[in-house]
Amino acid sequence: MGVRIEGGGAVSIAEFFNMGGYAFYVWGSYGVTVLVFVVEILMVKHKRKSALQQVRLMREAGE
Amino acid sequence: MNQLTVFNLLVLVIRRDLLLAMRRRADVMTILVFFILVVSLFPLGVGPEMDMLRKMAPGVLWVAALLASMLSLGRLFSADYLDGTLEQMMLAPQSLSMLVLGKMIAHWVVSGLPLVLMAPVLGLQFDMSGQALLVLMLGLLLGTPILSMLGAIGAALTLGLRGGGVLLSLLVLPLCIPVLIFGSGAVEAVASGLSVVSNLSLIAALLVLCLVFTPWVTAQALRISME
Amino acid sequence: MAINWFKYSAPTTFYGLAGRLVPWFAVPAALLFALGLYIGFFVAPVDAVQGEAYRIIFIHVPASILSMFLYLIMAGYAALGLIFNTRLSSMMATALAPTGALFAFISLWTGALWGKPMWGAWWVWDARLTSELILLFLYFGFIALHASIDDARRADRAAALLAIVGSVNVPIIYFSVKWWNTLHQGSTIKFTGTSMHVAMQQAMFVTLLACWMYAVAVTLLRVRSIILERERNTQWVSELKEAGL
Repeated sequence: MGVRIEGGGAVSIAEFFNMGGYAFYVWGSYGVTVLVFVVEILMVKHKRKSALQQVRLMREAGE
Repeated sequence: MNQLTVFNLLVLVIRRDLLLAMRRRADVMTILVFFILVVSLFPLGVGPEMDMLRKMAPGVLWVAALLASMLSLGRLFSADYLDGTLEQMMLAPQSLSMLVLGKMIAHWVVSGLPLVLMAPVLGLQFDMSGQALLVLMLGLLLGTPILSMLGAIGAALTLGLRGGGVLLSLLVLPLCIPVLIFGSGAVEAVASGLSVVSNLSLIAALLVLCLVFTPWVTAQALRISME
Repeated sequence: MAINWFKYSAPTTFYGLAGRLVPWFAVPAALLFALGLYIGFFVAPVDAVQGEAYRIIFIHVPASILSMFLYLIMAGYAALGLIFNTRLSSMMATALAPTGALFAFISLWTGALWGKPMWGAWWVWDARLTSELILLFLYFGFIALHASIDDARRADRAAALLAIVGSVNVPIIYFSVKWWNTLHQGSTIKFTGTSMHVAMQQAMFVTLLACWMYAVAVTLLRVRSIILERERNTQWVSELKEAGL
C-alpha cells in the first residue's frame, strides 16, 4: 500500500508519517494548529451559550 | 481672567505638577531605588564575569530604565482625576493637549531625568567605558521623554481601572521597544565602531514624532476615559 | 450589488446576515484546507535543503500573514467605531481580536517547530518571529484593555485608540526589530537556495485562503454572541427563537 506523489516515487504510509525524520516537528505543528482551531470553535460555542443564557435571564427579569 | 498664552499655560502646569511631586519626594526616590535594584539584580542573576556584564550593560540599563519609568505612570493623571481637577482641566478653554504636554514634561523631570543622571554611575558597575557612558546618557536623555509620552497614553486609557499599573505596563512596553533597541544599539555601536549617531538620531526622530502626536492622542484618550 | 449596506450596520440586521454567511465560509474553509494540504504534502516535492520539515510553512506563513492582516482589519473596524460611533464596528473589532491572537500564536509555535530542526534552536530571534511576538503582545493589550473596562462604550473607544496607536507603531517596531536583528547577525528564517516550486506556492496560497475563510467564519460566529450580549435588553433579542420561550 503506498501513496503516489508526483515529485518522486511512491512512499509507504509509514514513511509519510515519518516525514523524513521530522515527524515530531511537522505533526507537532499541524497537531497544535488543529488543536487551536478546535479550542477556538469550542470557545465560540461556549460564548454563544452563555450569551443566550444572559438573554434568557434578562427576559425573565423583565417579566 | 488673563488670556494665557500657550507657553504660560505649559509653564503653569509644569510648575504645579513639579510642586506636587516635590511634596512627595519619596515617590521620586522609589523610582531611583527601583532602577538601582533592577540593575543590580542582573549581575546577581548571571554572574560577575566582567566580559559578559560589559556586553549586557546597555540592554540591562535600558530595560531597567524602561521598567522604572513605568512605575510612576499610574499616578500621572489619577491624583487629578480623583480630586476633580482633571475634569476642570478638560472643561477649561485652553488646549487639553497643552495641559497634557505639561504633565508629560513634569513627569519626565521627576521620573526620567533622575534615571539619566543615575545611569552613568550604574554603568560603572558594568565596567562601561567613558564614551559608552556618554552615549548611554545621551540616549536616555532623548529616550526617557518618549517613555513618559507613550506612558501617558497608557495612563490616560487605563484611568481609574483596577489592575491599572500592570495593565498599563502591558500596553505601553511593546510600544517602547523601538526606543529600547536604538538606545542600547547606540551604546553597543561605541564598542563595535558602527554609527552611534544614526541610532541616536533615530531616537531623536521618534522623540519629535511623539512630541507632535502624543499630547493630542493622550487628550483624546482622556476624553474617552472621562465620559 | 445595490444592497443598502447601511441596513447591515445595525446589529439587528447584521445578526441574521452573519448567521447565514457562516456556512458559506466555514465549508469552503474546510475544503480549501484539505486541498491545500493535499497539494502541500502529496504534490509538492521534498525540499533539497530542508527535507520534509519545510512542509510546516503551509501553515506557518498563512498564520503569520493572517495575524498581521487581522490586526489591521481589527484596527480599521475599531477606528470606524471610534470615528462614526457605530456600535457594530466596535463589536467586529472585539470579535476579531481573539482570532488574530490565536493565529499569531500558531505562527510563533510553528515557527519554533520549524526553527528547531533547521537552525538548531527552539527560538531564534529572527526579525519576523520577534515582530510576531510583539504583535501577540499588542493583541493581548487590546483584549486586556477591553476586558478591564466595564462600560462597553468606553471599552470600545479606549481599545480602539490603543489599536490605532498600535497599528502606527507596527511598522516602526518591525523596522527597529529588523535593524536589531541584522546588527546582531541573527538568522533569517526564509527559503534558502532555489526559488519555491510551483506546487509549494500553490499549496501555500490555498491554505492562506483557507485560513482567511476560517477567520471570517469564526469572527462572524463570535460577533453574533457579542451582539446578543450587548443588546440583551432590547426587544428584538428577547424575541429571538434561539433564546427559547
